[in-house]
Amino acid sequence: MTDMFSDTAYILDSLPELWFGLVVFSLGVYILLDGFDFGLGILYAEADESERVLMLAAFGPLWKANEVWLVLFGTVLFASFPAVYANILSRHYLLVFAIIFALSLRGLGSKLREERDDELWVTFWDGCFVAGSAFSPFLLGMFVASWILGEQSALAAGPMVVGLTVVALTVVLGSAFLGVKTRETLRDRVVKRGQLATGAYVLLFVTTAIVLFSQYPDIRADLLSKSTAMIVLVTLFFAIANIVTTLRERYHGSFLAASGLAATLVVFIATLLYPWIDPAAGLMINDAIVSPLPLNITSIFAVIFIPIIIGYFVFLYSLFSGPATSDQHYS
Amino acid sequence: MVLITELWPILTFLSPELASRIQFGWAITIHIIFASLSVGLAPFLVYFTVQEVRTGEQRYARLRAFWTKIFAVGFIMGTVTGIPMGFMFGTNFAAFSKTAGELIGGPLSFEAKMAFFLEAVFLGVLLFGRERVSDRFYAFSSFMVALGAWLSAFWILVVNSWMQTPRGYEIVMEEGVPIAELTDPLAAFFNPRFPWMYVHMQNAAVISVTLLIAGIAAYFVWKNRDSDVWKTALRVAVVVLFLTSMFQAVHGDMYGRHVAETQPHKFAAMEAHYETGAADLHIVAIPMDFEAITDPRADNLYTISIPHFASFLASGGDPNAEVIGLNDFEYDSPPVAWVFWSFRAMVGLGFWFIALGGWGTYRLWKGGIAHDDRLLKALMISSPLGFVALITGWYVAEIGRQPWIIQGVLKTSDGVSPPLTGTEATLTLIAFVVGYILLIGVFLHILRRIVNEEAQRHEVGIDEDDQIDSPGVPADD
Repeated sequence: MTDMFSDTAYILDSLPELWFGLVVFSLGVYILLDGFDFGLGILYAEADESERVLMLAAFGPLWKANEVWLVLFGTVLFASFPAVYANILSRHYLLVFAIIFALSLRGLGSKLREERDDELWVTFWDGCFVAGSAFSPFLLGMFVASWILGEQSALAAGPMVVGLTVVALTVVLGSAFLGVKTRETLRDRVVKRGQLATGAYVLLFVTTAIVLFSQYPDIRADLLSKSTAMIVLVTLFFAIANIVTTLRERYHGSFLAASGLAATLVVFIATLLYPWIDPAAGLMINDAIVSPLPLNITSIFAVIFIPIIIGYFVFLYSLFSGPATSDQHYS
Repeated sequence: MVLITELWPILTFLSPELASRIQFGWAITIHIIFASLSVGLAPFLVYFTVQEVRTGEQRYARLRAFWTKIFAVGFIMGTVTGIPMGFMFGTNFAAFSKTAGELIGGPLSFEAKMAFFLEAVFLGVLLFGRERVSDRFYAFSSFMVALGAWLSAFWILVVNSWMQTPRGYEIVMEEGVPIAELTDPLAAFFNPRFPWMYVHMQNAAVISVTLLIAGIAAYFVWKNRDSDVWKTALRVAVVVLFLTSMFQAVHGDMYGRHVAETQPHKFAAMEAHYETGAADLHIVAIPMDFEAITDPRADNLYTISIPHFASFLASGGDPNAEVIGLNDFEYDSPPVAWVFWSFRAMVGLGFWFIALGGWGTYRLWKGGIAHDDRLLKALMISSPLGFVALITGWYVAEIGRQPWIIQGVLKTSDGVSPPLTGTEATLTLIAFVVGYILLIGVFLHILRRIVNEEAQRHEVGIDEDDQIDSPGVPADD
């Protein structure tokens, strides 16, 4: 084993770029998967009790596995770019703990509400669930934006507007997910919310572009590039596709279109960042990448385990496929 | 931020280092309870589920369902308290993360890839999929959840033990910052401390959960001597307790010798041994005043000691072996009081667990375990003590290695995030203290509800087809 790794070179020359890709990929899968959990949690606010039970049945078996992608993103970043991990987390200290706090409220709320029947208890944890579901994507959006823009203050206009954009995206995702998982009046309502959220998302996306253009001169060239134009076009395409599919009651199609929106956003993030990995510290991918031996080892682990992880998800989602039913609860 | 500083000057009272250390220590104290609950309960769930599937007996289904409920709540709490731990490496100990990133980033990512997904996915099956999968697959899922919990602990302890006995690295300076470059992954992962720590920790988790199961089973048996369900749990628990606590004592003794060799300052702090020379082992230590608690030294304690026995243990047989005293290290001592009293609590409780396990097993063998009220009460009172032993043991390991965050390489004070202010760290510390106290309160509340629910089932006799319960009244066999 040691011989194999005694070399001081990366197994592949492009390994640092591939790990940059993996960092972005795990963040993207997280935004997609937990995104529809957050959106579901926001839509939960206006649901009645029987709808809430149904929504939690759709959400229950999946969200913990979805949330692990955040941990994967964090540890993949740590393993490949440890200095960046240390920099961005310590730089946005209070924001990181606010995210953790919001995620905790979401996780505890959905589980603890069912531990007692009395109204006050259920209302309280439902409130935590909704608040956690709304604040998590907002704060996460702020965090990712501050990182990409090299912004020191998360309270600046850029991160704020990105946070709102991400919240709108999660509502699009959540309603598309519920479009597949529910029926009748609940579905009709969430789908309408999804259409509104899609419109809001497009507006916020454009607003974000304007804010970034005016406030961050460093990325103006990126914003005027062909790739940005493509991304805007693709975003518009998926947004229209999402609305059209819901009007035609093609809910799986709508879910695909919503996922396309999330993927496009992540690609946008990656194009703004590349080839930098920590703009605030002036670090490019090749400055910050970990040395060959540890990266080669983690690459081998990744090649083995990422397909297995994807296999878990195919299995989990097919096991719990089909519309959610209210009798589907903790055994 | 400036505003907060002006409004609450008290928030600048703690330095970033001290606030970060207290925060990390507090966060892990609470997390370790839930993490150990998962690690320790998982094998029992596998056992109950396999027995349920194999025998089709109702009592195993009841035990499986009851403990799955507690496992589920504990798992959520474990996730909620676990996520901050990984992020604290970056938020509070960024300098440490830069130095050690090559060594610990990999294992942490392996933990996520190998363990967390496995656990989360199959827990979904365990909690929601009873009707959707076959019996065999359901049992298999419980095994996969257990595997996930044990693999997770594996990689975390790879990281932690490396910080205790670092190997397989080389220090290079990059822009004035020391970076530990990985040179030999096998030596780094399977460093000298790793096997000791893994075995001791996993066994401690099993002991803790076994005591919890024994205590709750004792409660139900005490309420209803004929409960088939809970007599089964009680029988399994006392035997497991006896075996695991015996093993822990023997293993702990050997582990102590390893600590004496590799971390002599920790060993000295465990016995509050200041002057180099032959060391006594203090079996019982009673503080005579407040100062003796905060600054324990053999002179101002009332002790029952075995002369030279610490030397004997440290050297593996030589009663006159020299044990280096705390005064003779070049660097600061760890906080001796924490280490000394934690060590005493852990070992003392360990012997109590052996006695309890022995007593229960003897009763089981002689018959009448369900009617020994004193045993049942002792088990009930002892049910949380495994976690106390586990936490104090963790304090010995972690506080005992101070001032090092990486033994001999990096001091904790040099590992703290440079941009962090005392105010920020104190704010989050307060949030964690308040939040986790509430969390523990909620957990205990739910635990009590689950137990009460089960007690009500007892009273109306659900699933106890073959007899009518008479709670609290001893049967006369």
